[in-house]
Amino acid sequence: MSTTARKAGFGSVLWDYLTTVDHKKIAILYLIGGFFFFILGGLEAMLIRIQLIVPDNDFLSAQFYNEVLTMHGTTMIFLAAMPLLFALMNIAVPLQIGARDVAFPFVNSLGFWLFFFGGVMLNVSWFVTGAPDAGWTSYAPLSIFSEGHGVDFYSIGLQIAGFGTLMAGINFIVTIVNMRAPGMTYMRMPLFTWTTLIASVLILFAFPALTVGLFQLTFDRLFGANFFNPELGGNAIIWEHLFWIFGHPEVYILILPAFGVFSEVIPTFAKKRLFGYSSMVFATVLIAFFGFMVWAHHMFTVGLGPIANSIFAVATMAIAVPTGIKIFNWLFTLWGGSIRLTSPMVFALGFIPTFTIGGMTGVMLASAAADYQYHDSYFVVAHFHYVIVGGTVLGIFAGLIYWWPKMFGTLLNEKLNHWFFWLFFIGFHLTFFFQHFLGLMGMPRRYWVFGEGQGLDTFNFISTIGAFLMAVGTIVFVYNMVMTQVKGKKVSGDPWDARTLEWAIPSPPPFYNFKQLPLVRGLDPLWIEKTEGNGKMQPAEPLGDIHMPNNSFVPFVMSLGLFIAGFGVMFQGSYWFLAAIGFGLFFGSMIYRSFKDDLGYHIHKEDLEDEKGDGSNG
Amino acid sequence: MADDMLKSENLPQNPERATLEGRNKFMGFWFFLGGETVLFASLFGTYLALKNSNAQGPSAEEIFGLELVFIMTIVLLTSSLTSVYAMYHMKNNDFKKMQLWIGITVLLGLIFLGFEIYEFYHYVHGYEFGYTTSAFSSAFYTLVGFHGAHVAFGLGWFLSLMIRNSKRGINLYNAPKFYIASLYWHFIDVVWVFIFTVVYLMGKVG
Repeated sequence: MSTTARKAGFGSVLWDYLTTVDHKKIAILYLIGGFFFFILGGLEAMLIRIQLIVPDNDFLSAQFYNEVLTMHGTTMIFLAAMPLLFALMNIAVPLQIGARDVAFPFVNSLGFWLFFFGGVMLNVSWFVTGAPDAGWTSYAPLSIFSEGHGVDFYSIGLQIAGFGTLMAGINFIVTIVNMRAPGMTYMRMPLFTWTTLIASVLILFAFPALTVGLFQLTFDRLFGANFFNPELGGNAIIWEHLFWIFGHPEVYILILPAFGVFSEVIPTFAKKRLFGYSSMVFATVLIAFFGFMVWAHHMFTVGLGPIANSIFAVATMAIAVPTGIKIFNWLFTLWGGSIRLTSPMVFALGFIPTFTIGGMTGVMLASAAADYQYHDSYFVVAHFHYVIVGGTVLGIFAGLIYWWPKMFGTLLNEKLNHWFFWLFFIGFHLTFFFQHFLGLMGMPRRYWVFGEGQGLDTFNFISTIGAFLMAVGTIVFVYNMVMTQVKGKKVSGDPWDARTLEWAIPSPPPFYNFKQLPLVRGLDPLWIEKTEGNGKMQPAEPLGDIHMPNNSFVPFVMSLGLFIAGFGVMFQGSYWFLAAIGFGLFFGSMIYRSFKDDLGYHIHKEDLEDEKGDGSNG
Repeated sequence: MADDMLKSENLPQNPERATLEGRNKFMGFWFFLGGETVLFASLFGTYLALKNSNAQGPSAEEIFGLELVFIMTIVLLTSSLTSVYAMYHMKNNDFKKMQLWIGITVLLGLIFLGFEIYEFYHYVHGYEFGYTTSAFSSAFYTLVGFHGAHVAFGLGWFLSLMIRNSKRGINLYNAPKFYIASLYWHFIDVVWVFIFTVVYLMGKVG
C-alpha cells in the first residue's frame, strides 16, 4: 500500500474512478463534471449574447433561443455551480475537520453519479426532440403546453440530479456532525465547513419540495394528472410556490459555501484570524433560517395580496442584515492585515464590491411596490448575475485555485490566474452592469429580439462584448489548468502558508488522509501549531490500524438504471421495457447492496510505519 | 476487527449505535426522514389546495368510507407496535423473536397494502374516480399513492433484511440496518396518521 505514484493503464485509472468512494477522487470527478457543464452553459450564454448584439437579429430562431436560454439557466445552476461547490466541499471539508473520509463514502459516490446522469439526461434532449424551452423556472401552464419532450427531459433529468444532491447533502451533514477530529468543536470549525453544514441542511429541507414539484409536472405531462390544469380544477400557482420554496433556499445553497471560501481565503492572505468568527457563524445560520421564509418575493406580481407581499418584503430586507455583518467582518479581517495579493485573494477582493452591488439591487427588488416595475426585466437578470456570478462563481474560482494544490499537488500559474481574473471581472461588469439600465428602460427578460430605435442598442452591444471577455478569461483558465497538469511541478503540503487542518498533510494527501488523527487546540489549528508549537499537528491517538471503505461500482449502475428508466417513462408505449430494465437495475442494485456485506478493509499499522513522512507537513 | 463486526455474542446494550458506521447511519437516516417530511408536507399542501377542486368528478364526501380506512389505520398502527417489539428483542439479542415480530410487521403491512389496493380499485370502478378525473383525484392518488409506495418499499426492505440475515444472528453490522428499517416504518406510520386526519376525516366532515 505505497502512495508512491505507479504508472497505471488508462483502463485501470478509468475503473478506479468509476468505482471510487474516496472523497478526494470524487472531488475531482465533480470538478470535471461541473466544469464540463460550466463550459456548456457558457457556450449557451455566448449564443444568447450573440443573438442580442444587434436589434432584430436572426442569428437564432425564436424556438432555439428559448431552448438555449432555458438550458443556460438550468445547466449553470444545477449542473455547474452546485457540482463545482461539491468539488470544493469534497476536497476540503473532510480534511478541515480531520476526518479520514466522509460518513457515507458509498452515498457520496452515488450522489456524484446521479448528478452526472441527470445532467447527461438533460442534455440528451438536444438530440432527441429539442431541449426544454420553458425557462429554468418552467412555470406552469407554459411548461404543460410546451410541445415535444423538452420539458420532460427537464423534469426527469432534474429529478435524478436532485436525488444526487440530496444524498450529497445528507452525507455532509453527518460527516460534519459525527466525524470531527478530537478537539474540533463546533466553534472551532473553519467557516467553509460551517457554511457547508448549513448549505447541506438547506439542501435537505429544500430539495424535497422541488422533488414534489417535478413529480407533479411529470405526472401532468405524461400521465394526464391535473395539478396545473385549471379546466379540471388545477392551480398553476402551486408550481410557483413549490418551485420557489425550493428555489429561494437554493440561492443560499449556492452563496453560503462561496462565503465560506472567502472566509478561508481572506484570513490566510491577510495573515489574520477571521474577524468576528462567532458572528460569522451566527449570520450564516440566520441567513439560512430566513432563506425559507422569503420565497414569495419571487411572486410579488402573482397577486397574493398586500399583506402577504409586505410580510415577504420585510423578511427579505431583513436578510441584508446578516449579509452586511459578513461583508463588514471580511473588511475588518483585511484591516491591518499583512495582505498578499495572490489570485484567490484578488478574487475575494473583487467579490466584496460586486456582491455588495448585487445585494443592494436585491433590497431594491425586495420592495414589493417597486418590484412591479422591475419584475421580469433585465434589472432582475443583472441582479441575480451579480450575486451568482459575482458571489458564487468568483467564490468557486477562488476556492478552486486555493485548493488546487490539495487536489492535484500542483500550483496553478499565478500570472495566468491574474489574467483570468481581470478578463473575467472586467468582462463580467461590462456584461451585467449595463443590464440594470436595460431593465429600467423596460427591456423584458427572455425575449429573443429587441426592436430598433428603442435606445437599447448600445447597452446590449456593450453587454455582448463583455461576455466575450469573460469567455476569453475562461479559456485562459482552462489553458492554465491543462498546462499546470502537463508540467506537473509538485508543491509542498502548505504552499499558501495557511491556517487550517487540510494544509497539515501532504498535497495531494495520502488516501487515508491522516495517519494519526490530529489533536485540535483551537480555531485555525495549524496556525496555532505554527505560532505556539513546532509547526506540526500533534497526534490525538497512537498509530493504529485504519479502517477504509471498499470501492464499489454499484452507485454507477444505480444511476445508470434511473437514467434508462427515465427514457422509458418519457416515451412510454413500446418503450416501457426501458423503464422495466432501468428500475430493475436500480432496485436490483439496492438488493445486491443489501445482500452483500461491505465491511471495508484495514490498513495495518506495520504498513503505515513503513510509509515515509509522519503524515504531517510534507 | 472485521470478524468482530459479524459476531453475535456479547453485543452491547445498543448494538445499532455501537460503531461509528452505525451512528452515522442512525443520524443520516434521521436527517433523511427530515427531508421526507418536507416531501410529504409538499404533497399535503398540494392536496389541501386542491381538495375541493373535483371539477365534474366525485367529491371527497361522496367516495370516502371511514370503516375501511379505520381498519387500515388500526392495522398500520399495530404494525408500528410490532416493529417496536422486534427492536426490543434485537436489543436483547434474541434473533428468533426479532425475526418473528418483523414477520408479523410485514404481514400487517401486506394487509394494509391489500386494503389500499382494494380501496383504489373500488374508487376507480365504483365511482369512476380515476387519476385523471380532476385536480382533486390527481392530488389524492399522488399523496396516498406516495405513502403506499413507501409502505411497499418498506416491506421489501424488511423482507430482504430477514432473508439476508436468516442464517446468522444479530451483529454489529446488521443491527443498524434493522434499526433504521424500523425507524422508516414508524415514519410511514406517522404519515398515515396525518393522511387519515387530513384526507379522510376532513374529507368527510370538512
